[in-house]
Amino acid sequence: MYQLIKQIIKTGIKTESPPLPDEAMRVETQRLQEEILHVFGRALSIRQVDAGSCNACELEIREVNNAYYNIEGLGIKFVASPRHADMLLVTGPVSRHMETALKRTYDATPDPKLVVAIGDCACDGGIFGESYASCGRVANVLPVDVAVSGCPPTPTAILQGILTAISAAK
Amino acid sequence: MPITHPNLYLTRLTGAIPAWMGEIKPNDLQPICQNVRDGGGRLVALWGSDERAQRGGFALHVTLVNEAGLICLSLPLAAQQPGYPDISRIFPVANRMQRAAYDLFGIYAYEGNDYRKWLRHGAWHSASFPLRKDFDSAQNRGEEPDAYPFVKVEGQGVHEIAVGPVHAGIIEPGHFRFSIVGEKILRLEERLGYTHKGTEKRFEGLTLQQGAKLAGRVSGDTTVAYAWAYAMAAESIAAVTPPDCALWLRALFLERERIANHLGDLGDLGNDVSLSFGFSQFWILKEQLLRINAALFGHRYLMDKIIPGGVAAGLAESGKQTLFEECAMLEREVHLLRGIYEEHAGVQDRFIGAGRVEPKLAAQLGLCGLAGRASLQSWDARAQFPCAPYDKLDVQMATYRNGDVAARVIVRFDELFESLRLQREILTHLVHNSPLSVPLETLPASRFGVGMVEGWRGEVLVAIHTDADGKLTRVHPHDPSWQNWPALEHAVMGNIVPDFPLINKSFNLSYSGQDL
Repeated sequence: MYQLIKQIIKTGIKTESPPLPDEAMRVETQRLQEEILHVFGRALSIRQVDAGSCNACELEIREVNNAYYNIEGLGIKFVASPRHADMLLVTGPVSRHMETALKRTYDATPDPKLVVAIGDCACDGGIFGESYASCGRVANVLPVDVAVSGCPPTPTAILQGILTAISAAK
Repeated sequence: MPITHPNLYLTRLTGAIPAWMGEIKPNDLQPICQNVRDGGGRLVALWGSDERAQRGGFALHVTLVNEAGLICLSLPLAAQQPGYPDISRIFPVANRMQRAAYDLFGIYAYEGNDYRKWLRHGAWHSASFPLRKDFDSAQNRGEEPDAYPFVKVEGQGVHEIAVGPVHAGIIEPGHFRFSIVGEKILRLEERLGYTHKGTEKRFEGLTLQQGAKLAGRVSGDTTVAYAWAYAMAAESIAAVTPPDCALWLRALFLERERIANHLGDLGDLGNDVSLSFGFSQFWILKEQLLRINAALFGHRYLMDKIIPGGVAAGLAESGKQTLFEECAMLEREVHLLRGIYEEHAGVQDRFIGAGRVEPKLAAQLGLCGLAGRASLQSWDARAQFPCAPYDKLDVQMATYRNGDVAARVIVRFDELFESLRLQREILTHLVHNSPLSVPLETLPASRFGVGMVEGWRGEVLVAIHTDADGKLTRVHPHDPSWQNWPALEHAVMGNIVPDFPLINKSFNLSYSGQDL
């Protein structure tokens, strides 16, 4: 236990706080918090749906939970059920085998709801495109509010996408 | 010769990995498989191809491995009723691969014991086969709702829990059907194929370079291993050897991918036993590594940095210094965290004994990769078939015999330290005295090549067939998850439902790599 507590103290706070050098990011994180408070009261809940990705986008979405990005510190959390969610974060070209599950997840999410498509495949079908097994981009299946490109997009880009979606919802 | 059999004529393939190929007749398939199995060998991959245009039929391809190397068998099949003898009784892991080959090509095993669909859900209807060259996707769109006959467990107090395809965490989609009594799992049945997005069909007609990008996206967390295996297969066909420095860089990328994934998994495993401290600590380290990747090589996960003929990113002397410092930092921190994990009674209580796969069962099931090594299956392509530059590195394989979550954690720690040692070695050997790649634009016509790389999860294989114009006519990427998903069904038996996420994470298998 001593080692554990010592390690926590030694690690300190890794979260990149507003005064750090990345000026653009600083403004955004501050704005982000205000926007969330404005639109969703105290918190934003996100349900992530992998609709057929190669799993690289999932790696980067998990990264926003990293102490460096600390999305929960901004009042945003990932939830286990669409019924608890304000926003769907969808990755992948939508495989035809996930089309029904994705639509049902969307239907199970209460209004008002937002959809953010994450990654090149979710934006335009990416390298997989449309085929016998793939419906292509997420917008072919669901109404999309914001699309974040990148293969995979960086955690910062994902945070920016979430912000943009919230701004649009005002 | 890796094996001898009166009707088997093998020819050695050129290339980095020891591999032989040979054409066989249907009646010889089972005896040859049995021969390899009796000698301690395993099935690596099984796939079909449509060769009706070239020789009037289909073909079945079976790749086996034994201590000598890869044995790639081809079995020509008729255009009408393309059947072959079942090998799932010799290699149980063939079951799903045979079913997938039927879903995609309509080729089937005689006297198999499981004819349920595997990769097909509802995207195309049952009498159509999307990887046949004459498949028309618009005409064969399946409209009926997906139905799958799960095995029912009956008895007093047995009930089912259905989980997925959309899971509760940030993970890939799949369906798990638990049959339980109280909290105890009697049976788990997996239903995968949700992320089937036509990857194999997509390869057809791509240029060699576009194919490399696609190979790097078969399973994103294993992008380096896939890109290398693809490049190795192409280089084998073209009889091209990449420059020395490119090979050293490939090994550096591969070990960095292994380190990043092991760091992430070790953090997640802490998280799954409610030690969120472990998650924050390990993921801080992982993020630092990813940032160094981005700064030095231009991509956090090193996507598209391995290309046919070489690599697409070099390393300056200053970058070497950064990596040496990173090595020292990671060694220090991971060592400390390992001590904390090992001394934490609550963590060890959850890890030890959970999700056990006994070595005997692991051998029967052909378990491979890091999960296999945690159950005493000592296969590691880097140590057994050390292609350059691993021939100069003397990789120490990490094996453990307990086969439980704790064993898979130990193997991850051991491999992480070994990868850090290898990274140091690689940095000392790496000299930029040549271009980063040799030109490799197109492939010779009507050829076959194979590449195999020990990714962080296990052996990744990519096979390439070219047509009469040297274009990609069939590419089969094979993920070690094919081998290890069935073992998870066994690992959870008798465990309690709340331990499933932990056991599942300790394997951390790919959905996308299996669903293709």
